[in-house]
Amino acid sequence: MHRFANPARFLRLAKPLTPALFWPGLLLALGACAWGLFAVPTERLMGDTVKIIFVHVPAAWLGMGGWMGIAIASLVQLVWRHPLAGIAARAIAVPGATFAAICLMTGAIWGRPTWGTWWVWDGRLTSMLVLFFLYLGYIALANASSEKGDTSRVAAVFGIIGAVNIPIINRSVIWWESQHQKASITLGGSSIDSAYLTPLFVAVTGFSLLFGALVLMRMRAALAEMRIDARMRRMADD
Amino acid sequence: MKPKHQRLVLALMAFIALIGAGFIAAAALRDEASYFYTPATMSKAKIEPGQAIRLGGMVQKGSIVQGADGVSITFIVQDRDATQKVAYRGITPDLFVEGSGVVADGRLRADGVFVADSLLAKHDENYVPKELADIDMNTAEHTKDTLSK
Repeated sequence: MHRFANPARFLRLAKPLTPALFWPGLLLALGACAWGLFAVPTERLMGDTVKIIFVHVPAAWLGMGGWMGIAIASLVQLVWRHPLAGIAARAIAVPGATFAAICLMTGAIWGRPTWGTWWVWDGRLTSMLVLFFLYLGYIALANASSEKGDTSRVAAVFGIIGAVNIPIINRSVIWWESQHQKASITLGGSSIDSAYLTPLFVAVTGFSLLFGALVLMRMRAALAEMRIDARMRRMADD
Repeated sequence: MKPKHQRLVLALMAFIALIGAGFIAAAALRDEASYFYTPATMSKAKIEPGQAIRLGGMVQKGSIVQGADGVSITFIVQDRDATQKVAYRGITPDLFVEGSGVVADGRLRADGVFVADSLLAKHDENYVPKELADIDMNTAEHTKDTLSK
Protein backbone atom coordinates (compact mmCIF):
# COMPACT_ATOMS: atom_id res chain seq x y z
CA MET A 1 0.00 0.00 0.00
CA HIS A 2 2.70 2.46 0.92
CA ARG A 3 4.92 1.55 -2.01
CA PHE A 4 3.56 4.55 -3.95
CA ALA A 5 3.26 6.74 -0.86
CA ASN A 6 6.55 8.35 -1.75
CA PRO A 7 5.59 11.37 -3.90
CA ALA A 8 8.86 11.15 -5.84
CA ARG A 9 8.11 7.56 -6.86
CA PHE A 10 4.54 8.51 -7.72
CA LEU A 11 5.72 11.40 -9.87
CA ARG A 12 8.17 9.16 -11.75
CA LEU A 13 5.25 6.86 -12.57
CA ALA A 14 2.66 9.60 -13.23
CA LYS A 15 4.78 11.58 -15.64
CA PRO A 16 4.86 9.05 -18.50
CA LEU A 17 1.38 7.74 -17.58
CA THR A 18 -0.32 11.11 -18.11
CA PRO A 19 0.28 11.39 -21.90
CA ALA A 20 -0.22 7.62 -22.22
CA LEU A 21 -3.78 8.11 -20.94
CA PHE A 22 -4.44 11.55 -22.41
CA TRP A 23 -3.74 11.05 -26.12
CA PRO A 24 -5.48 7.68 -26.61
CA GLY A 25 -8.35 9.03 -24.49
CA LEU A 26 -8.72 12.15 -26.60
CA LEU A 27 -8.49 10.13 -29.81
CA LEU A 28 -11.11 7.58 -28.69
CA ALA A 29 -13.49 10.18 -27.25
CA LEU A 30 -13.37 12.41 -30.34
CA GLY A 31 -13.51 9.38 -32.62
CA ALA A 32 -16.56 7.99 -30.83
CA CYS A 33 -18.31 11.38 -30.98
CA ALA A 34 -17.62 11.65 -34.72
CA TRP A 35 -18.76 8.06 -35.21
CA GLY A 36 -21.91 8.75 -33.21
CA LEU A 37 -22.60 11.99 -35.02
CA PHE A 38 -22.09 10.90 -38.62
CA ALA A 39 -22.19 7.12 -38.92
CA VAL A 40 -24.95 5.94 -36.61
CA PRO A 41 -28.52 5.24 -37.84
CA THR A 42 -31.39 7.38 -36.56
CA GLU A 43 -33.47 5.84 -33.79
CA ARG A 44 -37.01 4.59 -34.43
CA LEU A 45 -38.67 7.11 -32.06
CA MET A 46 -36.02 9.64 -31.09
CA GLY A 47 -34.49 10.17 -34.53
CA ASP A 48 -31.18 12.03 -34.35
CA THR A 49 -31.63 12.93 -30.69
CA VAL A 50 -30.30 9.47 -29.76
CA LYS A 51 -26.78 10.66 -30.62
CA ILE A 52 -26.48 12.60 -27.38
CA ILE A 53 -26.01 9.33 -25.45
CA PHE A 54 -22.38 9.17 -26.62
CA VAL A 55 -21.68 12.12 -24.34
CA HIS A 56 -24.48 11.75 -21.78
CA VAL A 57 -23.82 8.15 -20.69
CA PRO A 58 -20.01 8.44 -20.28
CA ALA A 59 -20.54 11.71 -18.37
CA ALA A 60 -23.10 10.08 -16.06
CA TRP A 61 -20.86 7.07 -15.37
CA LEU A 62 -17.78 9.20 -14.74
CA GLY A 63 -19.73 11.60 -12.53
CA MET A 64 -20.76 8.65 -10.36
CA GLY A 65 -17.45 6.78 -10.71
CA GLY A 66 -15.61 9.96 -9.70
CA TRP A 67 -17.41 10.06 -6.38
CA MET A 68 -16.67 6.38 -5.80
CA GLY A 69 -13.02 7.29 -6.37
CA ILE A 70 -13.28 10.13 -3.83
CA ALA A 71 -14.90 7.78 -1.30
CA ILE A 72 -12.26 5.06 -1.71
CA ALA A 73 -9.38 7.56 -1.58
CA SER A 74 -10.95 9.15 1.51
CA LEU A 75 -11.20 5.76 3.21
CA VAL A 76 -7.54 5.05 2.40
CA GLN A 77 -6.63 8.48 3.77
CA LEU A 78 -8.49 7.95 7.03
CA VAL A 79 -7.48 4.35 7.67
CA TRP A 80 -3.96 4.00 6.30
CA ARG A 81 -2.98 7.70 6.49
CA HIS A 82 -1.73 7.33 2.92
CA PRO A 83 -0.20 10.73 2.05
CA LEU A 84 -1.29 10.68 -1.60
CA ALA A 85 -4.88 9.55 -0.98
CA GLY A 86 -6.15 12.94 0.15
CA ILE A 87 -4.47 14.59 -2.82
CA ALA A 88 -6.03 12.03 -5.18
CA ALA A 89 -9.51 12.62 -3.71
CA ARG A 90 -9.14 16.37 -4.19
CA ALA A 91 -7.86 15.90 -7.74
CA ILE A 92 -10.97 13.88 -8.68
CA ALA A 93 -13.48 16.46 -7.42
CA VAL A 94 -13.36 19.08 -10.19
CA PRO A 95 -13.36 16.66 -13.18
CA GLY A 96 -16.10 14.67 -11.44
CA ALA A 97 -18.23 17.76 -10.91
CA THR A 98 -17.65 18.77 -14.54
CA PHE A 99 -18.84 15.41 -15.85
CA ALA A 100 -21.87 15.45 -13.53
CA ALA A 101 -22.74 18.90 -14.92
CA ILE A 102 -22.27 17.67 -18.51
CA CYS A 103 -24.58 14.76 -17.71
CA LEU A 104 -27.28 17.08 -16.35
CA MET A 105 -27.04 19.50 -19.27
CA THR A 106 -27.01 16.90 -22.05
CA GLY A 107 -29.87 15.14 -20.27
CA ALA A 108 -31.93 18.34 -20.31
CA ILE A 109 -31.14 18.89 -23.99
CA TRP A 110 -32.24 15.32 -24.71
CA GLY A 111 -35.31 15.54 -22.50
CA ARG A 112 -36.81 18.57 -24.23
CA PRO A 113 -37.48 16.88 -27.62
CA THR A 114 -37.92 13.38 -26.20
CA TRP A 115 -40.11 13.84 -23.13
CA GLY A 116 -41.36 17.33 -23.85
CA THR A 117 -39.64 18.99 -20.89
CA TRP A 118 -36.15 20.15 -19.89
CA TRP A 119 -36.45 18.97 -16.32
CA VAL A 120 -38.68 16.97 -13.99
CA TRP A 121 -38.19 16.25 -10.30
CA ASP A 122 -38.13 12.46 -10.54
CA GLY A 123 -35.85 10.18 -8.54
CA ARG A 124 -33.06 9.83 -11.09
CA LEU A 125 -32.75 13.48 -12.10
CA THR A 126 -33.03 14.74 -8.55
CA SER A 127 -30.43 12.32 -7.13
CA MET A 128 -28.04 13.23 -9.97
CA LEU A 129 -28.50 16.92 -9.17
CA VAL A 130 -27.78 16.10 -5.51
CA LEU A 131 -24.53 14.45 -6.66
CA PHE A 132 -23.54 17.66 -8.46
CA PHE A 133 -24.25 19.71 -5.32
CA LEU A 134 -22.27 17.19 -3.23
CA TYR A 135 -19.30 17.78 -5.55
CA LEU A 136 -19.61 21.54 -5.07
CA GLY A 137 -19.78 21.08 -1.30
CA TYR A 138 -16.76 18.79 -1.37
CA ILE A 139 -14.74 21.27 -3.44
CA ALA A 140 -15.62 24.10 -1.06
CA LEU A 141 -14.75 21.98 1.97
CA ALA A 142 -11.48 20.68 0.51
CA ASN A 143 -10.35 24.20 -0.39
CA ALA A 144 -11.41 25.69 2.95
CA SER A 145 -7.91 25.29 4.34
CA SER A 146 -5.47 28.02 3.33
CA GLU A 147 -2.57 25.60 3.51
CA LYS A 148 -1.51 24.25 0.11
CA GLY A 149 -1.85 20.47 -0.17
CA ASP A 150 -3.51 20.27 3.21
CA THR A 151 -5.69 17.18 3.39
CA SER A 152 -8.14 17.71 6.18
CA ARG A 153 -10.11 14.77 7.53
CA VAL A 154 -13.40 16.68 7.38
CA ALA A 155 -13.39 16.50 3.58
CA ALA A 156 -12.55 12.78 3.73
CA VAL A 157 -15.49 12.09 6.06
CA PHE A 158 -17.74 14.11 3.74
CA GLY A 159 -16.46 12.11 0.76
CA ILE A 160 -17.42 8.83 2.44
CA ILE A 161 -20.83 10.06 3.63
CA GLY A 162 -21.65 11.41 0.16
CA ALA A 163 -21.13 7.93 -1.32
CA VAL A 164 -24.55 6.98 0.08
CA ASN A 165 -26.02 8.86 -2.86
CA ILE A 166 -24.36 6.63 -5.48
CA PRO A 167 -26.47 3.47 -4.95
CA ILE A 168 -29.53 5.72 -4.68
CA ILE A 169 -28.82 7.16 -8.15
CA ASN A 170 -28.27 3.66 -9.48
CA ARG A 171 -31.48 2.20 -7.96
CA SER A 172 -33.69 5.29 -8.37
CA VAL A 173 -35.32 4.08 -11.58
CA ILE A 174 -36.11 0.70 -10.00
CA TRP A 175 -37.30 1.81 -6.55
CA TRP A 176 -39.52 4.62 -7.77
CA GLU A 177 -41.62 5.18 -10.85
CA SER A 178 -39.64 7.77 -12.73
CA GLN A 179 -39.70 9.84 -15.88
CA HIS A 180 -36.22 8.58 -16.66
CA GLN A 181 -36.11 5.18 -18.35
CA LYS A 182 -34.71 2.15 -16.59
CA ALA A 183 -31.14 0.97 -17.10
CA SER A 184 -30.37 -0.10 -20.67
CA ILE A 185 -27.04 -1.70 -19.85
CA THR A 186 -27.05 -4.11 -16.92
CA LEU A 187 -24.95 -7.10 -15.92
CA GLY A 188 -27.59 -9.24 -17.63
CA GLY A 189 -27.08 -7.58 -21.01
CA SER A 190 -28.12 -4.56 -23.01
CA SER A 191 -31.29 -3.33 -24.66
CA ILE A 192 -29.31 -0.94 -26.84
CA ASP A 193 -28.83 -2.05 -30.43
CA SER A 194 -25.20 -2.84 -31.30
CA ALA A 195 -25.23 0.02 -33.83
CA TYR A 196 -25.24 2.36 -30.81
CA LEU A 197 -23.62 0.10 -28.23
CA THR A 198 -20.22 -0.25 -29.94
CA PRO A 199 -19.53 3.50 -30.34
CA LEU A 200 -20.92 3.99 -26.82
CA PHE A 201 -18.29 1.65 -25.37
CA VAL A 202 -15.57 3.41 -27.36
CA ALA A 203 -16.82 6.74 -25.97
CA VAL A 204 -16.90 5.41 -22.39
CA THR A 205 -13.34 4.07 -22.75
CA GLY A 206 -12.09 7.33 -24.27
CA PHE A 207 -13.70 9.63 -21.70
CA SER A 208 -12.50 7.36 -18.86
CA LEU A 209 -8.89 7.56 -20.08
CA LEU A 210 -9.24 11.34 -20.34
CA PHE A 211 -10.64 11.42 -16.81
CA GLY A 212 -7.66 9.44 -15.53
CA ALA A 213 -5.23 11.78 -17.31
CA LEU A 214 -6.97 14.84 -15.83
CA VAL A 215 -6.76 13.38 -12.32
CA LEU A 216 -3.04 12.61 -12.73
CA MET A 217 -2.39 16.13 -14.06
CA ARG A 218 -4.19 17.68 -11.12
CA MET A 219 -2.35 15.45 -8.63
CA ARG A 220 0.98 16.43 -10.16
CA ALA A 221 0.00 20.09 -10.05
CA ALA A 222 -1.02 19.77 -6.39
CA LEU A 223 2.32 18.13 -5.50
CA ALA A 224 4.22 20.83 -7.40
CA GLU A 225 2.28 23.55 -5.53
CA MET A 226 3.16 21.89 -2.23
CA ARG A 227 6.84 21.93 -3.17
CA ILE A 228 6.68 25.60 -4.18
CA ASP A 229 4.96 26.39 -0.89
CA ALA A 230 7.59 24.52 1.11
CA ARG A 231 10.43 26.22 -0.73
CA MET A 232 8.89 29.68 -0.28
CA ARG A 233 8.54 29.03 3.42
CA ARG A 234 12.17 27.93 3.67
CA MET A 235 13.28 31.07 1.81
CA ALA A 236 11.16 33.25 4.10
CA ASP A 237 12.77 31.63 7.11
CA ASP A 238 16.31 32.24 5.89
CA MET B 1 -5.26 -4.51 17.60
CA LYS B 2 -3.06 -2.03 15.79
CA PRO B 3 -4.44 1.52 15.51
CA LYS B 4 -4.55 1.07 11.75
CA HIS B 5 -6.90 -1.89 12.10
CA GLN B 6 -8.96 -0.07 14.68
CA ARG B 7 -9.46 2.80 12.24
CA LEU B 8 -10.36 0.34 9.48
CA VAL B 9 -12.99 -1.40 11.61
CA LEU B 10 -14.42 1.93 12.75
CA ALA B 11 -14.55 3.31 9.23
CA LEU B 12 -16.19 0.16 7.86
CA MET B 13 -18.77 0.10 10.67
CA ALA B 14 -19.59 3.75 10.05
CA PHE B 15 -19.85 3.10 6.33
CA ILE B 16 -22.17 0.12 6.76
CA ALA B 17 -24.35 2.10 9.19
CA LEU B 18 -24.51 4.98 6.68
CA ILE B 19 -25.45 2.76 3.75
CA GLY B 20 -28.03 1.05 5.94
CA ALA B 21 -29.52 4.38 6.97
CA GLY B 22 -29.61 5.47 3.35
CA PHE B 23 -31.42 2.32 2.30
CA ILE B 24 -33.94 2.56 5.14
CA ALA B 25 -34.66 6.19 4.22
CA ALA B 26 -35.01 5.24 0.56
CA ALA B 27 -37.35 2.38 1.41
CA ALA B 28 -39.47 4.71 3.55
CA LEU B 29 -39.74 7.03 0.55
CA ARG B 30 -40.84 4.16 -1.62
CA ASP B 31 -44.37 5.39 -2.24
CA GLU B 32 -43.82 9.11 -1.75
CA ALA B 33 -40.83 9.41 -4.06
CA SER B 34 -42.48 7.72 -7.01
CA TYR B 35 -42.78 10.28 -9.76
CA PHE B 36 -46.18 8.98 -10.88
CA TYR B 37 -48.94 6.50 -10.15
CA THR B 38 -49.61 3.67 -12.57
CA PRO B 39 -53.29 2.75 -13.12
CA ALA B 40 -52.90 -0.16 -10.68
CA THR B 41 -51.20 1.83 -7.88
CA MET B 42 -53.69 4.64 -8.46
CA SER B 43 -56.70 2.48 -7.73
CA LYS B 44 -54.90 1.04 -4.71
CA ALA B 45 -54.10 4.52 -3.35
CA LYS B 46 -57.81 5.52 -3.52
CA ILE B 47 -57.27 8.87 -5.24
CA GLU B 48 -60.16 11.31 -4.72
CA PRO B 49 -61.63 13.10 -7.74
CA GLY B 50 -60.10 16.56 -8.05
CA GLN B 51 -56.84 15.62 -6.31
CA ALA B 52 -53.85 16.63 -8.46
CA ILE B 53 -51.70 13.61 -9.29
CA ARG B 54 -49.42 12.29 -12.00
CA LEU B 55 -50.35 9.20 -13.94
CA GLY B 56 -47.91 7.08 -15.94
CA GLY B 57 -48.13 3.97 -18.07
CA MET B 58 -48.31 2.67 -21.59
CA VAL B 59 -50.71 4.05 -24.19
CA GLN B 60 -52.96 1.11 -25.07
CA LYS B 61 -52.81 0.08 -28.73
CA GLY B 62 -55.74 1.44 -30.73
CA SER B 63 -57.08 3.52 -27.86
CA ILE B 64 -56.25 7.04 -29.08
CA VAL B 65 -59.45 8.78 -30.21
CA GLN B 66 -59.24 12.22 -31.80
CA GLY B 67 -61.99 14.64 -30.69
CA ALA B 68 -64.23 16.49 -33.14
CA ASP B 69 -62.46 19.81 -32.44
CA GLY B 70 -59.11 18.39 -33.57
CA VAL B 71 -57.14 19.31 -30.43
CA SER B 72 -58.70 17.12 -27.77
CA ILE B 73 -57.99 13.42 -27.53
CA THR B 74 -58.87 10.52 -25.29
CA PHE B 75 -56.79 7.40 -24.80
CA ILE B 76 -56.30 4.57 -22.36
CA VAL B 77 -53.22 4.25 -20.16
CA GLN B 78 -52.46 0.73 -19.02
CA ASP B 79 -50.02 -1.15 -16.87
CA ARG B 80 -49.96 -4.90 -16.44
CA ASP B 81 -52.98 -5.05 -14.14
CA ALA B 82 -55.24 -2.08 -14.78
CA THR B 83 -56.28 0.60 -17.25
CA GLN B 84 -57.28 4.24 -16.93
CA LYS B 85 -59.08 6.43 -19.45
CA VAL B 86 -57.44 9.81 -20.02
CA ALA B 87 -58.75 12.96 -21.69
CA TYR B 88 -56.35 15.67 -22.90
CA ARG B 89 -56.65 18.91 -24.83
CA GLY B 90 -53.53 20.28 -26.46
CA ILE B 91 -50.50 19.36 -28.55
CA THR B 92 -49.03 15.94 -27.83
CA PRO B 93 -45.23 15.33 -27.72
CA ASP B 94 -43.59 13.75 -30.77
CA LEU B 95 -42.93 10.50 -28.98
CA PHE B 96 -46.56 10.14 -27.92
CA VAL B 97 -47.65 7.09 -29.95
CA GLU B 98 -49.69 4.00 -29.22
CA GLY B 99 -47.70 1.42 -27.31
CA SER B 100 -45.22 3.92 -25.88
CA GLY B 101 -44.88 5.35 -22.39
CA VAL B 102 -46.63 8.50 -21.19
CA VAL B 103 -46.71 10.58 -18.00
CA ALA B 104 -49.74 12.84 -17.49
CA ASP B 105 -50.33 15.59 -14.92
CA GLY B 106 -53.96 16.09 -13.97
CA ARG B 107 -56.88 14.95 -11.84
CA LEU B 108 -59.66 12.44 -11.82
CA ARG B 109 -63.08 13.67 -12.90
CA ALA B 110 -66.13 12.48 -10.99
CA ASP B 111 -67.01 10.13 -13.87
CA GLY B 112 -63.67 8.31 -13.47
CA VAL B 113 -61.92 9.84 -16.49
CA PHE B 114 -58.47 11.27 -15.81
CA VAL B 115 -58.25 14.82 -17.18
CA ALA B 116 -54.64 15.67 -18.06
CA ASP B 117 -53.30 19.23 -18.02
CA SER B 118 -49.97 18.21 -19.54
CA LEU B 119 -48.53 15.17 -21.26
CA LEU B 120 -44.91 14.03 -21.24
CA ALA B 121 -43.66 11.15 -23.35
CA LYS B 122 -41.62 8.53 -21.55
CA HIS B 123 -38.87 6.85 -23.47
CA ASP B 124 -38.15 3.21 -22.70
CA GLU B 125 -34.70 1.66 -22.27
CA ASN B 126 -34.64 0.21 -25.80
CA TYR B 127 -32.58 1.86 -28.51
CA VAL B 128 -33.44 0.50 -31.95
CA PRO B 129 -32.40 1.88 -35.35
CA LYS B 130 -35.26 3.00 -37.56
CA GLU B 131 -34.65 0.37 -40.23
CA LEU B 132 -34.81 -2.40 -37.61
CA ALA B 133 -37.93 -1.07 -35.92
CA ASP B 134 -40.32 -2.82 -38.34
CA ILE B 135 -38.77 -6.20 -37.61
CA ASP B 136 -38.69 -5.48 -33.91
CA MET B 137 -42.29 -4.57 -33.29
CA ASN B 138 -42.43 -6.53 -30.04
CA THR B 139 -40.32 -3.92 -28.23
CA ALA B 140 -43.44 -2.11 -27.03
CA GLU B 141 -44.58 -5.36 -25.42
CA HIS B 142 -41.18 -5.66 -23.78
CA THR B 143 -41.42 -2.13 -22.38
CA LYS B 144 -44.82 -2.88 -20.93
CA ASP B 145 -43.28 -5.70 -18.92
CA THR B 146 -40.49 -3.59 -17.50
CA LEU B 147 -42.73 -0.60 -16.77
CA SER B 148 -45.29 -2.49 -14.74
CA LYS B 149 -42.68 -4.21 -12.62
